[in-house]
Amino acid sequence: MKGGSSGMSRRLALLSVSAAAAVLTAGCFGGPAAPARLVLGTTTSVNDSGLLNFLLPDFEAKNHARVSVVAVGSGQALELGKRGDADVLIVHSPAAELAYLSNGSGASRFQIMYNYFAIVGPLSDPAGVGKATSAGDAFARIAANSSAFVSRGDGSGTHSKELQIWAAEGLNATAFPSAWYKSIGQGMAAALRTAFELGAYALTDEGTYWSRDEIGPAAPGGLHILLGGLGHPTPDLKNTYSVIQLNVSRVPSVNASLATAFALWVTSPETAARIGNYTVAGHTLFFPDPRRT
Amino acid sequence: MAALSLAVSASGTVLAAAVGVPLGALLGSREFRGRRLLRAFLQALYGLPPVLLGLLLYLTLSRTGPLGGLHWLFTVQGMVLAQFLLALPFVTGLTWSAVAGIDGAVKDTARTLGAERWTYLFTLVREARAGIFAAVMVGFGRAISEVGAVIMVGGNIQGETEVLTTAIVKETGRGDFALAVGLGLVLLALSVLVFAGLTLLQEEPR
Repeated sequence: MKGGSSGMSRRLALLSVSAAAAVLTAGCFGGPAAPARLVLGTTTSVNDSGLLNFLLPDFEAKNHARVSVVAVGSGQALELGKRGDADVLIVHSPAAELAYLSNGSGASRFQIMYNYFAIVGPLSDPAGVGKATSAGDAFARIAANSSAFVSRGDGSGTHSKELQIWAAEGLNATAFPSAWYKSIGQGMAAALRTAFELGAYALTDEGTYWSRDEIGPAAPGGLHILLGGLGHPTPDLKNTYSVIQLNVSRVPSVNASLATAFALWVTSPETAARIGNYTVAGHTLFFPDPRRT
Repeated sequence: MAALSLAVSASGTVLAAAVGVPLGALLGSREFRGRRLLRAFLQALYGLPPVLLGLLLYLTLSRTGPLGGLHWLFTVQGMVLAQFLLALPFVTGLTWSAVAGIDGAVKDTARTLGAERWTYLFTLVREARAGIFAAVMVGFGRAISEVGAVIMVGGNIQGETEVLTTAIVKETGRGDFALAVGLGLVLLALSVLVFAGLTLLQEEPR
């Protein structure tokens, strides 16, 4: 049966080689009607909220385009744009974005929408965050009480916001002892899960929080929003999302015309209305506030 | 998503076999200077961390990188390339071992039959086919179970470059453990089926 066996393996090899060749070439030689591809670099919190899956089909249909969403931390999203690996960005780190524009990586920045970060923690609220008047006040109480706090620690927009709040209170988060300040270097859901397990405080976006019932107010020992969110907003917890177009003279390979169409579409009144209507578990997550300046 | 996992890993492995089997057979068929050094280098690559390969490929395929003109970052082609490079050292090195391990008498017979270079190599490959089959299977195992390289090079784009391993990472990060475990079971089932199928195919009916 030697001949049969090797004949079989040769046929198999031929088949697999053609399959591999098909996979390799499929992307290279799309037909003339293949939709244009727009790589959208964005942060995990935007993507995890489900908002993009809700909004994007409208853009794709109107522009005969396919949007590929690469969801990473805010820091990496900005880096994607700098290297020309994304065509357009949606991010929420205003300070980093302004630096990005002034150093010439970004060409324009339009505000899309905003919401409020929330400080969550156990209902017992040992540090008295619920009585705080601002996020800074709340953080000062947590530090004074050495109450357990879980930090993203991953350079994300939420992590940057957290560090800004500590810094505004004159506190140096890098010097906090790990006995109460737990920096985990992971995503929002993982941070919430950790805070839930430890009965700790955390800074979160509302979208991720409301989509995780098992660690929320309904769960025994679950996390509650003690400050911030759309229910108890404070100015220092405001979270603004913007669309960034890239500097074409630095990264000429980006799809600039489609990126412009995207920036105009995402800040249009029609899209704004749809953003305002988007809910998770019955909770509105974003206030549209488009500004093309 | 399961189909993409299979397609990417199978393509990467097949390409690695197309290059690695002839190369390994050639290297194993003869003595040459620097043989031990090359062998050591190849075997050192067995330990190449996928995440490091992913990072290097990311920088290479980035539009501002040396191969940016290919536009392969965040595409299936880039993922296939990553898995090809991961599987190649295994396929080449293990084929080399299998061919080098063929009994000297068998080699001499093949040579004295006046076989031309390519016929001789083909005879060696046939003699060592069990070992070569194992080499390809190890390469595929490396590819299908790997997450670090494909998540970096593919970007884990939903419906496009998301494969089973990267989806498990994402769903775990989102806290959806039930879905993550479900995907893990699909991956396990896929892997077991492929290996069982290949093993049955390899064994000659008697």
